[in-house]
Amino acid sequence: MRNTWIIAKRELASYFSSPVAYVFIVIFLLLMGFFTFMMGGFFRYNEASLLSFFVWHPWLYMLLVPAVGMRLWAEERRMGTLELLFTMPVTLAQAITGKFLAGWLFLGFALLLTLPMPITVFYLGEPDLGPMLTGYFGSFLIAGTYLAISGMTSACTRNQVISFITSVVICLFLVLAGYPPVTSLLLKWGAANWLVEFAAGLSIIFHFESMQRGVLDLRDLIYFGTLTTFALFTTAIILRNRR
Amino acid sequence: MLRRLIVVHKEVETGMIKAENVQKWFGPNLAVDRVSFEVSQGEVLGFLGPNGAGKSTTMRMLTGFLPLSGGKITIGGHNIEEEPIAAKSMFGYLPENAPAYADMNVQQFLAFTAAVRGLSGAAKDDAVEKAIATCHLGRVRRQSIDTLSKGYLHRTCFAQAILHDPPILILDEPTDGLDPNQKHEMRELIKNMGKDKAIIVSTHILEEVEAICTHVIIIDQGRLVFNGTPAEMRAKSATAGTVVVRIRGVAFIDVEQAVASLPNAGKPSLTSKHEGAITVSIPIQDSKKKDGLAAAVKTLLDSRNWAFDELHTDSGRLDDVFRAITSLDSAKKEADQ
Repeated sequence: MRNTWIIAKRELASYFSSPVAYVFIVIFLLLMGFFTFMMGGFFRYNEASLLSFFVWHPWLYMLLVPAVGMRLWAEERRMGTLELLFTMPVTLAQAITGKFLAGWLFLGFALLLTLPMPITVFYLGEPDLGPMLTGYFGSFLIAGTYLAISGMTSACTRNQVISFITSVVICLFLVLAGYPPVTSLLLKWGAANWLVEFAAGLSIIFHFESMQRGVLDLRDLIYFGTLTTFALFTTAIILRNRR
Repeated sequence: MLRRLIVVHKEVETGMIKAENVQKWFGPNLAVDRVSFEVSQGEVLGFLGPNGAGKSTTMRMLTGFLPLSGGKITIGGHNIEEEPIAAKSMFGYLPENAPAYADMNVQQFLAFTAAVRGLSGAAKDDAVEKAIATCHLGRVRRQSIDTLSKGYLHRTCFAQAILHDPPILILDEPTDGLDPNQKHEMRELIKNMGKDKAIIVSTHILEEVEAICTHVIIIDQGRLVFNGTPAEMRAKSATAGTVVVRIRGVAFIDVEQAVASLPNAGKPSLTSKHEGAITVSIPIQDSKKKDGLAAAVKTLLDSRNWAFDELHTDSGRLDDVFRAITSLDSAKKEADQ
């Protein structure tokens, strides 16, 4: 536990000692605002809710989270510090959770900076607090899932560009899996019905929707938990076999 | 001799680093082939070999970074694969090319490694300060690591390896990238620490072996081709035992004839001729009987009343031996294929 925190602290400090953190936060907030107000038509709905805000999160994260996750292991591999880290008395699990936690906390921090959004909504009307809380919670879970996935692709390579592109594609699949164009394509390819349903069940949007409405379903929590744990375990296997 | 007695008195821990039949396959290529050696407390083992011989691969297996394909490694009694954490807390490691986190400054980096090594509070600060002083990093302690010169970077990474005062040090090319003064200092440091630690140093600089090592192993194409002390290595040299003498006012022919009568003397050769003095090398014939030739030559010179101003026995050259052992082996292996 202590080692996990030491590694997480080092990783967090490295975000803020380089421009990465600041560039990320500024772009994240700018895009969030742009999508919510200009594309989402926040005012057009004429209701005090954050629906037009949360709906963009899976899409924005798809591009931005891999930018945070791509350096997790690729950078260590390229710099040779992987050798340093894994010859210290640190277990693989401690290293992986430490780095993941650092990235997740950072994303959580960026998410907290969007608090003016709900404050605005409270100022304009009388919104439901429940959906806002579950929406934020779901958004944080999505960020964690994407981060674990991009950490996994980062462990495969020393090239951050490859890591970025691969994880964007995987995240894109998770977003699109439930959309009719994808499901009908699968059906056209002759996939069995249960397979199509399975693919649709993998969709982030599908699991995030109920959370935006204020419903906290155990199945959704299991979904995010499973995906994240799976990605972290795969990272461990990759790092064990490819040094 | 005295030092050895003192060390024995303190009860030397033998086999601090122990490699038994270590093997490493990279796909179909055998990078390390059944290598065995041992390093005890108070020993500095020089790990020699040409580039690409498998030195760094072996170091990476010793430190638990690479898994073994066969054999067994124990560090301070802990199997590196079965008890990695216990084994890893026994040593400090300086990897090849001295990697360090580029986005931290020297002091932050050392504090981080100290924390991972289990130090905290005042003990951590002390360890960091001591390492900074030992490695002369005071001037750059707040400098970002990616702006350090190669020498400073190397010493920062070395500081990381010694800061928790481990009983075992594993150093991959510790003097790489240092200037001659720093090299000298680094060697003194290693030699001093070698008195009560078990140290393994990989290098391809042979003068380093002379300067700091108590034992030497040579690896070539993944196989162990020599295991002994630097003196034993030198003795394997073709020129070891050769008597070199500088004589005044005598012709080489006369010396040649006179030497032919000596037992165990080979055919002498004229190495140089300068202002009436000639330097003659007299090789030994039977390499098993090394002693006595110099004395015999001296008696001969005295009996003939030839004036000489230099007479010594060549103790052999490490680089000759290194070249002979490694190139011979490579040639044989290529012939096999």
